[in-house]
Amino acid sequence: MKYLCLVYGEERALAGMDDRHCVAYDEQIRASGQCLASEALQPAATATTVRVRNGKLSVTDGPFAETKEILAGFYMIEARDLNEAIQVASRIPPAEVGCVEVRPIRPIRETVKANAAKAAAD
Amino acid sequence: MDDFLAKDVRQAVDTVYRTESRRVFATLVRLLGDFDIAEEALHEAFRAALEQWPVEGVPANPRAWLVSAGRFKAIDAIRRNARFADVEDFESFAESIPAEEPAGREPIEDDRLRLIFTCCHPALAADAQVALTLREVCGLRTEEIAHAFLTPAPTLAQRIVRAKGKIKDAAIPYEVPGAAQLAERLEGVLRVIYLVFNEGYSASSGEALTRPDLSLEAIRLGRLLVELLPEPEAIGLLALMLLQESRRPARASASGDVIVLEEQDRSLWNRALIEEGVARVEEALASRRFGPYSVQAAIAAVHAEAPGTRDTDWNEIVGLYDVLLRIDASPVIELNRAVAVGMRDGPAAGLALVDAILARGELSGYHLAHAARADLCRRLGQPKEARLSYQKALELSRQEPERRFLRRRLAEVGA
Repeated sequence: MKYLCLVYGEERALAGMDDRHCVAYDEQIRASGQCLASEALQPAATATTVRVRNGKLSVTDGPFAETKEILAGFYMIEARDLNEAIQVASRIPPAEVGCVEVRPIRPIRETVKANAAKAAAD
Repeated sequence: MDDFLAKDVRQAVDTVYRTESRRVFATLVRLLGDFDIAEEALHEAFRAALEQWPVEGVPANPRAWLVSAGRFKAIDAIRRNARFADVEDFESFAESIPAEEPAGREPIEDDRLRLIFTCCHPALAADAQVALTLREVCGLRTEEIAHAFLTPAPTLAQRIVRAKGKIKDAAIPYEVPGAAQLAERLEGVLRVIYLVFNEGYSASSGEALTRPDLSLEAIRLGRLLVELLPEPEAIGLLALMLLQESRRPARASASGDVIVLEEQDRSLWNRALIEEGVARVEEALASRRFGPYSVQAAIAAVHAEAPGTRDTDWNEIVGLYDVLLRIDASPVIELNRAVAVGMRDGPAAGLALVDAILARGELSGYHLAHAARADLCRRLGQPKEARLSYQKALELSRQEPERRFLRRRLAEVGA
């Protein structure tokens, strides 16, 4: 199973974290083979929101929702099940000042492919 | 003669259904990896039993027979539904379903524990944990659960569907947590059981004071958990429920009115439950690994063994509340301790503590805090203060029998 661990927190609290601590964890989880991709994000002030409505592009400053806790980074991980994913998420350093949302990956490509194959067989 | 036999077999099937169906279900969930497929397989297995047992006789091990029949029926159903694009996919799926029970250990008991821990997984919403546990572990029907929790049946059904969807899509594993997580996860299971008990013991709203069926179901669950996993706090919770349940016949009058502890007819208390509860408390405390449920049970045991309020060992109760505050500090426990101090050292001492707690504001919306204050004022001969606090408690209480009790007290202090 693939899970995306979304790291959230208040910017001020996250800014107080030691980057070396975060990178050390990142190196460790990448070495374990459990991490498929991971990045930290620039602050929310650098965000741009893009929408397309009726074919018309709209570009606005900032994240789409005004919340105190902002998305600060992510880890795409491979885990046996949710319990293992929770263990990984609990070790991500910002979990101590913010929170980590664990979302299972929806196998959208596999589903579309299987549906097409089934339609062809019928 | 044949009719007679058929009736016997039907009865045997009924008995096996009552005693074994949740066990068989728990194992089928493990083998088939899906709650809904397992439920369907369970029904198919019992249907097969009704057809085959009258002809072939009741098997020596009905449970193993049902598991094996359920597994076959599930594979059959999947084949018929032809969900798989080609035969190869299906064959590899069918092969992935484990065939036989590993010999030796009692894997079926492990399956029931797996089922409990999965239904009480903290990644599921709290109300979904309760609904799922009652549905899948206890085998209650959705309508029964909805009725017990005064929730519309479609809402409750939706809750269960959503929880099962999350178990599948987020891959919540079907397992008993390992040693490192066990204590934490057990706490969650105990919380669900106690929630079910409390909803039955002091319904949070509505006409009736209690819903005994729900409490009995919680006690059954507590017993099952202790049987499967005899951890001290599981034993402590069972003791607590037994001791509280023992007072049920004395807690309400025939007209459904509340009778407070000091006014209860103690001869109505269920001695058998008290005996069992006290023995369980001792067992839990002896382990030296006990927690808040065991201490609360110990407090309930002191009450249970006292002939009356005056003969109660209030000093011991205050001491136990001190232990409880060290393990699990909360303003409600402080309030209970203050009431016990009021019994040990007189109402003035209790009132000083209650006022200090209320002044902090955390319990200002809690009706029992105001009721406790009112009671202490009443005993101190301060009817005016008592009146104000009873009125405040009445404004905050949502349960009808409790409101009648508060109105009665108000009348007594001259409203």
